[in-house]
Amino acid sequence: MTITEKILAKHAGKTRVEAGENVWISVDVLMTHDICGPGTIGIFKEHFGKNARVWDPEKVVIIPDHYIYTADAKAHRNVDILREFVKEQGIRHFYNPGTETYKGVCHVALAEEGHTRPGEVLFGTDSHTCTAGAFGEFATGIGNTDAGFILGTGKLWVKVPQTMRFVFEGTLPPYLMAKDLILQVIGDIGVDGAVYRTMEFAGEGVHSLNIEERMTLCNMAIEAGGKNGVISVDQTTLDYVRARTSKPFEVVENDPGCRYYSTRTYDAKKLEPVVAKPHSPDRRALARELKGTAITRAYIGSCTGGKITDFIAGAKILKGRSVKAETFIVPATTEVAAKLRTEKIDGKSLFEIFTESGAKVGEASCAACLGGPKDTFGRLNGAEVCISTTNRNFPARMGSMESQVYLASPMTVAASAVTGKITDPREVMA
Amino acid sequence: MENKISGKVYVLGNDIDTDQIIPAHYLTYNPAIPEERKMFGKYALCGLPEASQGLPFGKIPFVEKDADRSGYKLIVAGKNFGCGSSREHAPLALQQSGIEAVVAEFYARIFFRNSVNGGYLIPFETPARLVEKFKTGEDVELDVRSGILKNKTQNTEFPLKPLGDILPILEAGDIFRYAGKK
Repeated sequence: MTITEKILAKHAGKTRVEAGENVWISVDVLMTHDICGPGTIGIFKEHFGKNARVWDPEKVVIIPDHYIYTADAKAHRNVDILREFVKEQGIRHFYNPGTETYKGVCHVALAEEGHTRPGEVLFGTDSHTCTAGAFGEFATGIGNTDAGFILGTGKLWVKVPQTMRFVFEGTLPPYLMAKDLILQVIGDIGVDGAVYRTMEFAGEGVHSLNIEERMTLCNMAIEAGGKNGVISVDQTTLDYVRARTSKPFEVVENDPGCRYYSTRTYDAKKLEPVVAKPHSPDRRALARELKGTAITRAYIGSCTGGKITDFIAGAKILKGRSVKAETFIVPATTEVAAKLRTEKIDGKSLFEIFTESGAKVGEASCAACLGGPKDTFGRLNGAEVCISTTNRNFPARMGSMESQVYLASPMTVAASAVTGKITDPREVMA
Repeated sequence: MENKISGKVYVLGNDIDTDQIIPAHYLTYNPAIPEERKMFGKYALCGLPEASQGLPFGKIPFVEKDADRSGYKLIVAGKNFGCGSSREHAPLALQQSGIEAVVAEFYARIFFRNSVNGGYLIPFETPARLVEKFKTGEDVELDVRSGILKNKTQNTEFPLKPLGDILPILEAGDIFRYAGKK
């Protein structure tokens, strides 16, 4: 069996499962946030009763992150609904906006706070919950009904997915990042290329990446329609997880000779920086092929592109330069935001590098990745042409119907911010 | 689950994502509150670019200006319907707008699960692409049990794939009633 099949079998109480089989599995962690939490709570109460208790308050993690820095009254009302529910149910893992516990983007916060552990089953009311596959666990996004069902029962039915394997041989050259690898894959297989399947990322190119870069890979499995992304556990995974949780966990490996739906192999050294053109993550082009395409906005942020690794990569290029396009920097979490002040390149903090380049630095949250209320930091409100480290460039995804969004790695976004045109980072790298 | 769904069809292309079905700035409405739940029907599919609004013509709004619901009962679409976010507000919005079933080549998995487990609409799959066989506004009739979709305007009919695993959940009404029965 594959990693995914083994995790699902174990959580179904079976010795074996086959791809395509429907099984009921037990849940280790359920995560929800301010967008889907109120609806989930509504469904839970409707079906289990006004005074119902969640199946296990220790296993529920609530991370408001989407609409935090807005004047929108309903957005604040929704966070209040979460606050009330947490109090009523005795849920400890709540990261409360406006207090010291506030974290920001749920997928990065889950990892930082030790809620992502090898071998476990994590469901979240957000499609990018697949990010946590980077820790060798089964993690996927669900809707309010499924989450409401889990709140009451701790269980859910899933169809066991087949696994597509993507192997990156060799290590990445200095101008490539995980975002280039995943945009390469999505360009090859299409936005429906992995529907209902697991995407496993393997090879030296993947295992030489730090955990944040691995999260970027798994984060975008959903952009190819994947049910989950997964990467086998190694010392890098164990070091990260053990530093953040004392909970025991079980590492699950692929069985020798396990069956894959397909295997695709890449030579990491031969790949080049890529960009996804409007309005779909599979509209891949080489960054150099789009050389000269004018942009009016650059954006570095989100669960997939707002981690400290992303900002270090961007800052190396922005250091000592001025941006020619309006540039927005949005740390995923408060921990990343704090590191912007402490992480230094040649004695200058990333925060200083960004502000001196003319970029605007915002507060930790999902911000403009999904548009959001009109007053959201960095939102596209007109005919902007934006190059962004986020994960989706569907029509109007970042706010305006007239806007266009190109997806790229933090290096390519920073290089493009400096020139005001889409730019291969090799052109500006020292 | 009703056996026959009849009314006007709205036709869409491939990869209709959840941001097009219900743009993110409307997600501040809470579906658990009845007055706010209704708003999702009003804004259903308002994120479609003009050219995609009602194929093959385009520029046909799914919900008329100032209306609370759509005049369409059924959607025929291409591949990967409902891709993107996990927002259950997407099948909810279609249901609130008056849609009872979608017929697509295949679905993004979270949208599919949400439609079935929440009992919002019936997500039928078609073995052959039907986008070019229907025009927005035509009269259609879907026989749910036999899985036959009729285009009454053109007097044509098409067999759909059996509902399979999801039929018992759809018949029960939603995942709660299904699990309760088991």
